[in-house]
Amino acid sequence: MRKFLASAEFLAGTAASAVLFSSAAARADQPREWEMTFQAPATDMMRQIERFGNYTMWFIVPITILVLVLLLVCIVKFRASANPVPSKTSHNTLIEVIWTVGPVIVLLLIAIPSFQLLTAQYTPPEEAKLTVKATGNQWNWDYEYQVDKALTFNSAVLQDGDRAKAGKEDRGLYPRLLAVDNELVVPVNTMTRVLVTATDVIHSFAMPSFGIKVDAVPGRTNETWFKAEKEGLYYGQCSQLCGKDHAFMPIAIRVVSDAQFKTWLEAAKTSLPNANKALMAEVDGTNKVAAAGN
Amino acid sequence: MAEAAAHDDHDHKPYHGWVRWVYSTNHKDIGTLYLIFAIFAGIVGGALSVAIRMELQEPGIQIFSGLAQMVYGMNGDAAIDGGKSMYNAFGTAHALIMIFFMVMPALIGGFANWMVPIMIGAPDMAFPRMNNISFWLLPPAFILLLSSMFVPSAPGAFGVGGGWTIYPPLSTSGQPGPAMDLAILSIHIAGASSILGAINFITTIFNMRAPGMTLHKMPLFAWSVLVTAFLLLLSLPVLAGAITMLLTDRNFGTSFFVPDNGGDPLLFQHLFWFFGHPEVYILILPGFGIISHIVSTFSKKPVFGYLGMAYAMVAIGAVGFIVWAHHMYTTGLSLDTQRYFVFATMVIAVPTGVKIFSWIATMWGGSISFKPPMLWALGFIFLFTIGGVTGVQLANAGLDRSLHDTYFVIAHFHYVLSLGAVFAIFAGWYYWFPKMTGYMYSPVIANTHFWVTFVGVNLIFFPQHFLGLAGMPRRTIDYPDAFAGWNYVSSIGSYISAVGVAIFLYGVFEAFQKKRVAGANPWGEGATTLEWQLPSPPPFHQWEQLPKIK
Repeated sequence: MRKFLASAEFLAGTAASAVLFSSAAARADQPREWEMTFQAPATDMMRQIERFGNYTMWFIVPITILVLVLLLVCIVKFRASANPVPSKTSHNTLIEVIWTVGPVIVLLLIAIPSFQLLTAQYTPPEEAKLTVKATGNQWNWDYEYQVDKALTFNSAVLQDGDRAKAGKEDRGLYPRLLAVDNELVVPVNTMTRVLVTATDVIHSFAMPSFGIKVDAVPGRTNETWFKAEKEGLYYGQCSQLCGKDHAFMPIAIRVVSDAQFKTWLEAAKTSLPNANKALMAEVDGTNKVAAAGN
Repeated sequence: MAEAAAHDDHDHKPYHGWVRWVYSTNHKDIGTLYLIFAIFAGIVGGALSVAIRMELQEPGIQIFSGLAQMVYGMNGDAAIDGGKSMYNAFGTAHALIMIFFMVMPALIGGFANWMVPIMIGAPDMAFPRMNNISFWLLPPAFILLLSSMFVPSAPGAFGVGGGWTIYPPLSTSGQPGPAMDLAILSIHIAGASSILGAINFITTIFNMRAPGMTLHKMPLFAWSVLVTAFLLLLSLPVLAGAITMLLTDRNFGTSFFVPDNGGDPLLFQHLFWFFGHPEVYILILPGFGIISHIVSTFSKKPVFGYLGMAYAMVAIGAVGFIVWAHHMYTTGLSLDTQRYFVFATMVIAVPTGVKIFSWIATMWGGSISFKPPMLWALGFIFLFTIGGVTGVQLANAGLDRSLHDTYFVIAHFHYVLSLGAVFAIFAGWYYWFPKMTGYMYSPVIANTHFWVTFVGVNLIFFPQHFLGLAGMPRRTIDYPDAFAGWNYVSSIGSYISAVGVAIFLYGVFEAFQKKRVAGANPWGEGATTLEWQLPSPPPFHQWEQLPKIK
């Protein structure tokens, strides 16, 4: 069984570009035009989710095609002009058992890796080195770094009028409705815990390329974690209807090197704008190159 | 006996004019009222969705600021803000109208009212006067919901903008205005209407079957309505409780869902989905019944695996009550809770698979004629399968982490409901229209309606899978520019579907205008259920001599 699963996953991985969940050419960290698949994974967890998604396609696409083919056979072979005298068969115990047991087996084959994936999402492989608290408000996020002398700031959607002042005029790197004034900055390859809550109504903290989504519920603190593997700027959006400006409270996470993070964190404790400016001056050039390479 | 004789004098013909309809206790007249109501509500709900798609056709806010200006007299920035809220109100109203005022009235109030008594050989429903009030509760409920769109909800906003799920605190402290109270009252009344209807169907089906019609000989449509009625009876009171708590939280200082005072917003979600998940089966089960009849009729074969088909619906209904939290995987449920709901949810795929394969087996070896109802039934089977398999994907909490609250979910549930339940409604409409009216519609118009709708709805909803995978969240008035392409395609599909609705309405008009006589049984030897033994339209009271079932 295990061997079969492994080989099926391998097949799913290699032939993925043919199917819906394919991990096609554009490896990216934000939605792309005419995208038909998940955004490129930036964490191992998202890679596991993508792999499992591809794996399910190996069952559901053939099942759908099977139903379509059977329907077409009926349409062609058993149309009134081709088959004027209908049979009167209305029972066949064997076939009824087969189409009951068959789906059960398919579901078991899906369930086993599904439970593994679910368990992995709730079993962080190591202790978190950094804890950030994300608090949803109508319609922006508060981020609090739980470090010595805690750092707290607000992150809201970037207004078009503020682009020049913020040095974020590049709409490829800072897309409309995704770019924010102050990004959440985290170090690369670092286990990061996110505590999520809200002050007013329910919001949802989501980062597609990290494979995380957790609701921000007033009066409750939910927890999730990620370990970003690649430096860059990643975008998500509030994923629970939260009122008038639900479409306008993006989540932006900037993943930087460990050294850059430490410098930024210290600088941010005195002046967040200056710390962000300094960080952008250092990393945006390289990001542009990376974006062009996609 | 004197009483009976006096009664007999007028029970063969209906009252004249409006009295016939408003006072009606006749299941067929009430069914007709329900169908007309559903068509009207469907047009309203459909228009709302077209407005939504017009807005989403391009990035930016184009339509709703202007609409807010027109409808609410707002200007400038207030119009933009009002428009954003109005968009949410449109989405909410679209869902509530389609669920409570279109699909349920059409399938349960309309087709089930019309056909279940006839099919089981009963003269009418068990409680004819209750049947009357069941219907007449709906128009006030609908008016309450529509009027909620014109009263304040939040400052500078009109209409309920919390989504049909009305999660608190957005539906309590988030929208303090009276709009939400009107909507809650509307749902209460619509719910009461459905509960009364459910009681009526259960009583009718259990007690009024013709001699010889055991439960195991009962037509599958009656089975589907029986299961649906139980789902309604058990789930709607839970919704009523939940929205009553919402109402007292809003107006009387209770704190069931207010965390500051020891309440829990997630309690509402549990209660809501304990109703909400059975509700989606309420929407689709009667469709299952209709499709079984149509497939059997036009294949000229009895339904394959009749008992399996009946008990698959019972199983779907039963399991449907224990899967609710799969709508809540991202709310912070414990790992074990999620494991259970993944497992339970996947179980539903088994009886659903039995149904799909049994329909195909019914066709297998048959002598199939592709009349319009059969076309819709074939479309249903294939498209429902697509919605079903994406449902299996979403059942996996680990994968749902990425797909929850994205357009993938919208695509999924529109494949099972918009392309499932609605296709079943149209299949039933074209199947029973000649029976109900006595007139045959134009097959050319009916087929055109099918193909235009088929192309339109697939164009709307298939690309939404891609949008969801790429991460586009639900319920947003505007989206990052990268999502523009598929949204444009989706909007074009919406306009094509709207043309489909126009063709449908023209087809109805044309059938009444041309008055082609349909005859008692236009579908031939395959149509074996009792309604085809009656003339078309059936007499005002049928089965005065009970039919004998072999």
